[in-house]
Amino acid sequence: MARFKKAGGRTVPGINTGSMSDIIFMFLFFFMVITTIRSSSLLVKIAPPKASEVQKLEKKSLVSFIYIGKPIKASLGTESRIQLNDSYATVGSIQAFVVAERQSRNEFDRKVLTTSLKVDAETKMGIVTDVKQELRKAGAYKINYSTHKRDAFTTR
Amino acid sequence: MLKRTPELNTASMADISFLLLTFFLLTSSIDTDQGITRKLPPPQPKDQKAIDIKDRNVLKVLVNKSDNLLVQGKPINIRELKEAAKLFLANPGRRVDYPEMEEKTIPGLGKISVSKGVISLKNDRGTSYETYIQVQNELTAAINELRNELSKQKFGVAFKDLKNPGYIDAISKAVPVSISEAEPENIGGN
Repeated sequence: MARFKKAGGRTVPGINTGSMSDIIFMFLFFFMVITTIRSSSLLVKIAPPKASEVQKLEKKSLVSFIYIGKPIKASLGTESRIQLNDSYATVGSIQAFVVAERQSRNEFDRKVLTTSLKVDAETKMGIVTDVKQELRKAGAYKINYSTHKRDAFTTR
Repeated sequence: MLKRTPELNTASMADISFLLLTFFLLTSSIDTDQGITRKLPPPQPKDQKAIDIKDRNVLKVLVNKSDNLLVQGKPINIRELKEAAKLFLANPGRRVDYPEMEEKTIPGLGKISVSKGVISLKNDRGTSYETYIQVQNELTAAINELRNELSKQKFGVAFKDLKNPGYIDAISKAVPVSISEAEPENIGGN
């Protein structure tokens, strides 16, 4: 039966890795599409409260953010501060911020601009109320209290 | 005669794309922005007169600086707030101390009684944001549940599963988001 015996030692053929890069690129594009790059680095600590009746914000490009919380840098104290874009701000500069945000959108989007308030759960309502008053004056009526999702209270 | 180009070595291509992939994974975040949506009222004109609303049509919800709740003068637990708000807005027994119901004709629903009740929310400057959101959440939950019940009764599906914008609009009109926030006041100090 010598005829069935293969001549020489068998070698495993190399695996073709040509399509590997295609697969990885597919992954890459998938992640690029579903994620957003953080636009501004946070200067305040934000742990949003949890709520059950949440709605998703539809269009990211039509949302401007206002952050309120305690400064991350301990040297700045524990008083709640407002962050607009990349720096600390006062209540008085919110109207200018809203105007600037409006200017940067095209005319059709201006009416549907939403302001998302990202506020730390431990913040007192005083500063939040001040911000809301400024938003009213600036005409930014659509707001969204940013929260995490939780289950509703169980009814007894 | 054409020179044959040698094949490119693509073995490192996968490494490069892996590198890119990890870079994007690290620099990006998947957090979807979600929260409770509200519409702020336009600023009050200076010469605005107080609007007369019958006492029975207002549910007064007060939150003090120690995060305690007072509804219609009685302290209650946050877990009871949703039921209280639902009872107030729906007025199932047509009680006289609960809000008036107004017969309205809404396209898509026909004649339906719409509550004239308004929830008046007032909080102190010292109230914590956490509590405020919980109160807002419970009130929203009450309205959402009432909308769901009406939607199931009229169209057979939950409110959030309604597709027809006309139906959504009709239900939203039949059960409006009637939460009014008082002008801020500083009672308990910061």
